[in-house]
Amino acid sequence: MATIKLDAKSPTGPIENRWEKHKFDLKLVNPANKRKFTIIVVGTGLAGGSAAASLAELGYNVKAFCIQDSPRRAHSIAAQGGINAAKNYQNDGDSIYRLFYDTVKGGDFRARESNVYRLAQVSTQIIDHCVAIGVPFAREYGGMLDNRSFGGAQVSRTFYARGQTGQQLLLGAYSSMMRQVQEKQVKLYHRREMLDLVLVDGVARGITVRNLTTGEIESHAGDAVVLATGGYGNVFFLSTNAKASNVTASWRCHKKGALFGNPCFTQIHPTCIPVSGDYQSKLTLMSESLRNDGRVWVPKNKGDQRPPSQIPDSERDYYLERIYPSFGNLVPRDVASRQAKFRVDEGRGVGTTGIAVYLDFRDAIQRLGKGVVAEKYGNLFQMYDKITGEDPYETPMRIYPAVHYTMGGLWVDYNLQSTVPGLHVLGEANFSDHGANRLGASALMQGLADGFFVIPYTIGHFLASTPLPKVDENHEAFRASKAEVTQRLSRLLGIKGGHTVDEFHRELGKLMWEYVGMSRTKEGLQKARGEIGKLRDRFWQEVRVAGEANFKNAELEKACRVADFLELGELMAQDAQERNESCGGHFREEYQTPENEAMRDDANYCHVAAWQYQQEGGRMQWTLHKEPLQFEYVKLSTRSYK
Amino acid sequence: MGGASKSKLNLKLKLWRQKNAKDKGYFMDYDVKGISTEASFLEMLDVVNEELVKKGEEPVEFDHDCREGICGMCSLVINGNPHGPDGATTTCQLHMRRFKDGDSVTVEPFRAGAFPVVRDLVVDRSALDRVIQAGGFVSTATGTAQDANCLPVPKDKADRAFLAAACIGCGACVAACKNASASLFVGAKVAHLALLPQGEAEREKRALAMVHQMDAEGFGGCTNTGACAAACPKEISLEHIAILNREFLKASLLER
Repeated sequence: MATIKLDAKSPTGPIENRWEKHKFDLKLVNPANKRKFTIIVVGTGLAGGSAAASLAELGYNVKAFCIQDSPRRAHSIAAQGGINAAKNYQNDGDSIYRLFYDTVKGGDFRARESNVYRLAQVSTQIIDHCVAIGVPFAREYGGMLDNRSFGGAQVSRTFYARGQTGQQLLLGAYSSMMRQVQEKQVKLYHRREMLDLVLVDGVARGITVRNLTTGEIESHAGDAVVLATGGYGNVFFLSTNAKASNVTASWRCHKKGALFGNPCFTQIHPTCIPVSGDYQSKLTLMSESLRNDGRVWVPKNKGDQRPPSQIPDSERDYYLERIYPSFGNLVPRDVASRQAKFRVDEGRGVGTTGIAVYLDFRDAIQRLGKGVVAEKYGNLFQMYDKITGEDPYETPMRIYPAVHYTMGGLWVDYNLQSTVPGLHVLGEANFSDHGANRLGASALMQGLADGFFVIPYTIGHFLASTPLPKVDENHEAFRASKAEVTQRLSRLLGIKGGHTVDEFHRELGKLMWEYVGMSRTKEGLQKARGEIGKLRDRFWQEVRVAGEANFKNAELEKACRVADFLELGELMAQDAQERNESCGGHFREEYQTPENEAMRDDANYCHVAAWQYQQEGGRMQWTLHKEPLQFEYVKLSTRSYK
Repeated sequence: MGGASKSKLNLKLKLWRQKNAKDKGYFMDYDVKGISTEASFLEMLDVVNEELVKKGEEPVEFDHDCREGICGMCSLVINGNPHGPDGATTTCQLHMRRFKDGDSVTVEPFRAGAFPVVRDLVVDRSALDRVIQAGGFVSTATGTAQDANCLPVPKDKADRAFLAAACIGCGACVAACKNASASLFVGAKVAHLALLPQGEAEREKRALAMVHQMDAEGFGGCTNTGACAAACPKEISLEHIAILNREFLKASLLER
């Protein structure tokens, strides 16, 4: 195995000039030559859709692959709250530097300063461009764009379109991409799932996909591969991610040499509708904004079975207000999530399962009136009612934390290139900008920044500076990959055991949630590593995958994904065990203050953990590489919300 | 104690089975037992499928993804209604408490000539993508935009554009229409961009191109019965078809 030297290619010099200088230093592909290159874009959410559109606009030939029946359905669509940008339209003191500062601090000092500064810089162009392509953002009466506030910031910099900002931005990127499909600059492949990355002479030159309609295994060659396939929260089985969200594309690249950065950094969102039974297939988020007026509580006494309305105030524990008097119910996501878990662990959880806490609007309704509360949160109350059959105007919501986003992902340098030459990774699929905790309304910003305003520049440099001999789908590497994929599918179908794919996935999810979830310990993680390995062995002996390979087969699709989740889960546990500190969404019980707050260890863990996959004697192994993080502008400090 | 009272349902399911677009297809009956009223309709199908897999039978294919009513991937005609009996609800948001013990439930794919069946309850809706690609965009290349606040947009227009743009592209309007017309879908996009100054430059071209493509895909004509708006999970109003007609007519007159 070749030794790997992690070169982040971060520019130096004054931070505000780095991106400008870097862009000038990048090589260009002249307009006439762009049409000679084919770029493969996998995933058509905010990052992939915007990348496909802008690369095609430049004149590159783009082949875009999406897993759903239409690119308009990517999970970016479900983002509710908004998108941050340092426009300072509210005249409230925002600036590029402030957005940069908030993001580095919000990420608990585990992101690269140069990347985050660039993100803040291009945030303003994103808003300009999205408005120009017809995204109907909320506006004020004078016709100007409206903003709202979000967690982790003291300014109003969040642009929004009601509770459907992700939908409107995705449809904007989608429409730009579809214009390029019409121009024949983008060739769109829908209902395709990437099952392998193809390397020729060590360079990413194509992919192997399964056509989900016909079952055919297809090869696609190009000059570079752009991966924008989202996060891996579904390793927990239950999460707020869409059902098709999975790690397979990233994982296959990882196994072909792309290092995986900070796999244990997972965001657990505090306000989701709790699990109600074994049949549960996914969890639904209730926007963070509800904590502006809702009060979180549990009964003071264990096992109090009374309906909430019959528990007097004196017997309620408004625990966030008690523990964090200055931030109260508005503490950051990671803190609110952990405290809810502590209450449930104490036996004071509510609802029929006992795994929930109350989010109560009684006082807000008394103070503001039902009309005002309905105006602010009406659509969320209605969504809650639809799912639970309970009216939150009458009885408190039951909420519990759920997996929502993964900050970790494939390691990339400043050019968004992975450790595999030619393989570029965008959006949630990379590890880059959010450190150990992502701030609200920053995921949409990063996806569009990467796709619209970073990759169009950096990929040109790769194409102009790398010898790329002509390669097509008949190359031996494509045939070998196709054979390997076909063989894996046959193997899965041939097991014919007694357990369904979902049974294994649920079991994995329970292990992950118990030991690699909100609160982790050295022993628990050790146990998880062993148990996940055993579960994986059982999967390959006892799973039953129905149907055949040569037609639409959802069970086979799921089986491929769960097989990869069963490997990823083990790496996540190993990474969490290796990181002997608590930071952001990663909470190790051994590393906390006497007040149960996260305790970072900057002397030993101020780095990106990038894991290299190896197969040694039939066993999977990972080697840790460290990218040290330097903080030249934002001083390392401890977050406190007391 | 929070949590609605839980109970279990037994149902008689009639599911559409069809191997591929060329196959004729048929209904198959399934007795389903012990479904929690708290489960969603798709979770009920998950339970049915797991049982089928365990019995060595082939599970039924259906489309779904976000399961929170926004991606537009889920479809299904349930007892004759696209997305089931409730208004303003996608199939994934429909819950089993809406049904009674012993109910018969018939589940079919969205039926339309322009939506060929892929397998069982899954249909191919890429015709809708091709209609968008014909003109449902603003031709502004990345990097060319002016400052976002240079061009004020009156709030009422922005709000109306948003309501049109809230379409999730599920195709329930097509499935509900006796002519399988896509007028509500097309009207929503044409209206969204016609209401905004950013869409002005291509306004006529867009209306003509999208209507032309809608016809080319084999969607039927609109007779204003309103079945589409009644079935729309996002309550896209029939007014958008009026806007479409106006935009199309105006563009046709201006066309030389």
